[in-house]
Amino acid sequence: MNVDVTALPGIGVRKDFEVRSGRRVGVVAHRDGGLDLILSKQEDQDACAAQVPLTTDEAAALANLLGAPQLVEKLNADHRDMPGIVTRQLPVGEQSPYEGRMLGETRMRTRTKASIVAAMRAGQVHPSPGPDFVLSAGDLLVVVGTPDGLDASLAILTDG
Amino acid sequence: MGATALALVQLGSILFVLGVLGRVAGRFGMSPIPLYLLGGLAFGKGGVIELQSASEFGHVAGEIGVVLLLLLLGLEYTAPELVTGLRRSWLAGLVDIVANATPGVVVALLLGWGLVGAVTLGGVTYISSSGIAAKVLNDLGRLGNRETPVVLSILVFEDLAMAVYLPILTTLLAGMGYLAGLRTLAVALLAITVVLLMALRFGKYVSALVDSADREVFLLQLLGAALLVAGLASELNVSTAVGAFLLGIAISGSTAQNAARLLEPLRDLFAAIFFVAFGLNTDPKAIPPVLVWALLLAVVTTVTKIGTGWWASARQRIGLMGRARAGAALVARGEFSIVIAGLAVTVGAMDEKLAALASAYVLFMAVLGPIAARVAEPVVRSVQRLRRPAPVGG
Repeated sequence: MNVDVTALPGIGVRKDFEVRSGRRVGVVAHRDGGLDLILSKQEDQDACAAQVPLTTDEAAALANLLGAPQLVEKLNADHRDMPGIVTRQLPVGEQSPYEGRMLGETRMRTRTKASIVAAMRAGQVHPSPGPDFVLSAGDLLVVVGTPDGLDASLAILTDG
Repeated sequence: MGATALALVQLGSILFVLGVLGRVAGRFGMSPIPLYLLGGLAFGKGGVIELQSASEFGHVAGEIGVVLLLLLLGLEYTAPELVTGLRRSWLAGLVDIVANATPGVVVALLLGWGLVGAVTLGGVTYISSSGIAAKVLNDLGRLGNRETPVVLSILVFEDLAMAVYLPILTTLLAGMGYLAGLRTLAVALLAITVVLLMALRFGKYVSALVDSADREVFLLQLLGAALLVAGLASELNVSTAVGAFLLGIAISGSTAQNAARLLEPLRDLFAAIFFVAFGLNTDPKAIPPVLVWALLLAVVTTVTKIGTGWWASARQRIGLMGRARAGAALVARGEFSIVIAGLAVTVGAMDEKLAALASAYVLFMAVLGPIAARVAEPVVRSVQRLRRPAPVGG
């Protein structure tokens, strides 16, 4: 992917690229650390339809949403010849009883037979998180197991 | 009332009224600069009420305001940004100077203000307000637009041009001889070059010199250094503003960011006082005779600025709508036009009419700029519609 990096003197840097539909998507990274999501207009490629300021948390959440499907798809492809095994991304919500607690406390594997193969946080993949990995709101867990096991996992994450 | 009490009451009421005016300006999404000027005109000599005690403080505070305006401008840019900006936009920058300084020069000559007046008024009509332009671009969500880098690099060029222009103007205003003038200019150019080179190579060390983890120490060192450099620059006839600007460029990295954050409220306060002080020293009665000229200049330089932005962005293969937006974004004039006029009036004892003309001009342009930026797209769209009437019938 060819990302265009343009200096905005006095403001920061713009990083964007053109998607297949012809629009440009990217971010303006302000020098003080702020981040704006930008999306060009359909009819006027030079102009922006939206410039959305994001906090660090919001940017991380968005990165997770965008990054996780790729990982899940890859795992699903890996497991294609193993019928009955699926991969899904499960969110840790703000209301989750395990928010701020260690992964081991969920006893996920014992209770559902499903395993957590990765945790996505702030756009970063943490592969094979250990039992001492502390969950926080906005994390996405990539879980592998049977469909029933995954439903049970989701229930644990949301209701305990 | 005692002298101190009177001064405090007068200053307090001015600041409070400024706050209210700023709030009104914010409500309509416009720049508060014209309102500050109007406030100054109303309270100054020949105004509605004359507040004498406040104007003494206003003078020094206004000077500090100019130093802070330029210091923060310098802090905003890194030296590499300035160098690449200069390389990329020098042609557009030259077109900008010629197109926008000429109307000011011509009007000054027509009014019989001589060479110095021409150079002054040319500067007033030339320089866009980077403060207003940057704010408008952000407010209208245009930071991601393709024409925005074109606009920003023209602004960078203008700010660098100021660093060369102000020493020239100071020299002319001081009425120095040919040789002394050349020497001053050489000193200024040398200082700019040395600072740019130093900032590119050793910016870290300059930053380390003023940096401190303690906010109070940091603020004192920063402000102290700025005033010191500004004072020394003024002694060398290089102009206080340029000294502060160069110091701002030399400070880099995270120190620059922290400094900008720390100084921003101070700048806003003192810059507001600077606008008021300028208004205070301008007799409102001098405005009506030059009003027509100010209006004429406003119309002509709006067209020339739009033309400049249009031309510069067309060279970067930006579409019609983007060209209009780029042109309109540059229209606003503000703080620096007043800095130039203020310098001319205080140092050079220029004709009082020049101050009046400059205030009236900035009053128009600071209001017109943000409006132009907002209406550029709808205007182009309706022109397009007029040119290509919808096909009638089958």
